[in-house]
Amino acid sequence: MKKLIALLLAMAMCFALLTGCGSNNSAAEANDDSNASAAAENEEAAAAENTDAEAENTDNDAVLTMGTNAAFPPYEFYDGDTIVGIDAEIAAAIAEKLGLELQIVDMDFGSIITAVQTGKIDMGMAGMTVTEERLQNVNFSTTYATGIQVVIVPEDSDITSVDDIFAKLNAGEDVLIGCQEATTGAIYASGDFGDDHVTTYPNGATAVQALTQGKLDCVIIDNQPAINFVAANEGLKILDTEYVTEDYAIAISKDNEDLLNQINAALEELIADGTVQEILDKYIVAG
Amino acid sequence: MEKMIEDLKLGFYQTFILKDNYQYFVRGIGITLQVTLFSLIFGLILGVLVAIVRSAHDQQPENRRNPILGVFDVIAKIYLTVIRGTPTMVQLLIMWFVIWAGTRSSDTNLIRCAVLTFGINSGAYVAEIVRSGIMSIDKGQMEAGRSLGLSYAQTMRRVIIPQAIKNVLPALGNEMITLLKETSIVTVIGLKDLTKGAMIIQGNTYQALVPYFAIAIIYLAMVLILTWIMGKVERRLRESDLR
Repeated sequence: MKKLIALLLAMAMCFALLTGCGSNNSAAEANDDSNASAAAENEEAAAAENTDAEAENTDNDAVLTMGTNAAFPPYEFYDGDTIVGIDAEIAAAIAEKLGLELQIVDMDFGSIITAVQTGKIDMGMAGMTVTEERLQNVNFSTTYATGIQVVIVPEDSDITSVDDIFAKLNAGEDVLIGCQEATTGAIYASGDFGDDHVTTYPNGATAVQALTQGKLDCVIIDNQPAINFVAANEGLKILDTEYVTEDYAIAISKDNEDLLNQINAALEELIADGTVQEILDKYIVAG
Repeated sequence: MEKMIEDLKLGFYQTFILKDNYQYFVRGIGITLQVTLFSLIFGLILGVLVAIVRSAHDQQPENRRNPILGVFDVIAKIYLTVIRGTPTMVQLLIMWFVIWAGTRSSDTNLIRCAVLTFGINSGAYVAEIVRSGIMSIDKGQMEAGRSLGLSYAQTMRRVIIPQAIKNVLPALGNEMITLLKETSIVTVIGLKDLTKGAMIIQGNTYQALVPYFAIAIIYLAMVLILTWIMGKVERRLRESDLR
């Protein structure tokens, strides 16, 4: 009897492992049913699922793998078990232009670049900002969107502008700022306000959680996710003054100039024919 | 080959020299050591107490068990089950975002929370290690101590525990090494330990190889030092065996 139970448990474990892998693969496929090109993408999804098994064994060239951190609405977030959002749709459009199948892999924001450099994924697309230091280690595509870093504060906060943070710090008061790990918001904030005042979290949602609990005084994060976070959490507001304005681009390995050129060509076409703007408008309603 | 060396040079420059980045490592080591050291002390005290309760309860004759000790034993068992049965990272997140909700995210608070979590966590493992040590001491030792007029506590403190600790020293060293490395998960609550330092540099520069190898080497060095200290302690304690 005991042996039977052990056998059953072992089988259950194997099964769980197998299904675990399976859901990863299907989650890697991004498509939005409400999208106009949903039909085409669905075909892609079906095709991708069929070739998934092969793709794992042979290094299939017909797949474009994109790494992202799917906790960054509206650029990338989970809808059920698929990753959707601006980046996911633009990537899908690029993949279609290049005749490749798109696979989306969810990972920590900080790990995306390493994955790009080591060839684990073809490109990183997660609302990433171009900076001088980063350009020395990866290539960036043409920019496809503009990001704004904004400040989220509790509604009753006495911080009303970015200058207030400086003023408070100069007056010797303790101001604690939350950011998402490895984002430009975190880089600028540590530079401007000092490392001791900046706490970074694995994703934006955790930072906002800490803010609502009173662990922090404000959170500096990209404008679009900020709007979503404020909508989802009561008692928060976004300051009218912008902190920093910046450009988003796709990161591609320095060893893969070909892909960079291909993606740039596709992206420029998509920008020219208005597809990118269409996608942006769809997600960013009250810009 | 030349390109690789160039890359490595750039990596070193961006990791250590640019904008005084080495400071992240220096401060990170400090915080990692602080958290490890205080958690170790806390865990050791908690662990020994729990081990005494558990072994005292288990070593009673079947038919004459102390009910008060029984209650403590049940509490200890629940503690061991819960702490050893849940991931440390989950415990840390619960401690920081649920139990300590509302505390300011200052370095002092973060360190306190980390020490408490890791101390409680390590205590559970230390408890079982120390209990195995106490149980390994022949019960004749306790009988001898008691018949010589020592109280239970005195026999425990002067006869049993010193021998038990000596027996479990290798296992304790193991636990200390695990704890030192496990502190790296404090990054999830935002404490700037050694691992976080490397992550910050990676985020700034998109440079992964040098910062991560650097902290790997630093962790290894700290473990080697810890191993060396434990070796010294073991040898010192073994001196009395050779008489």
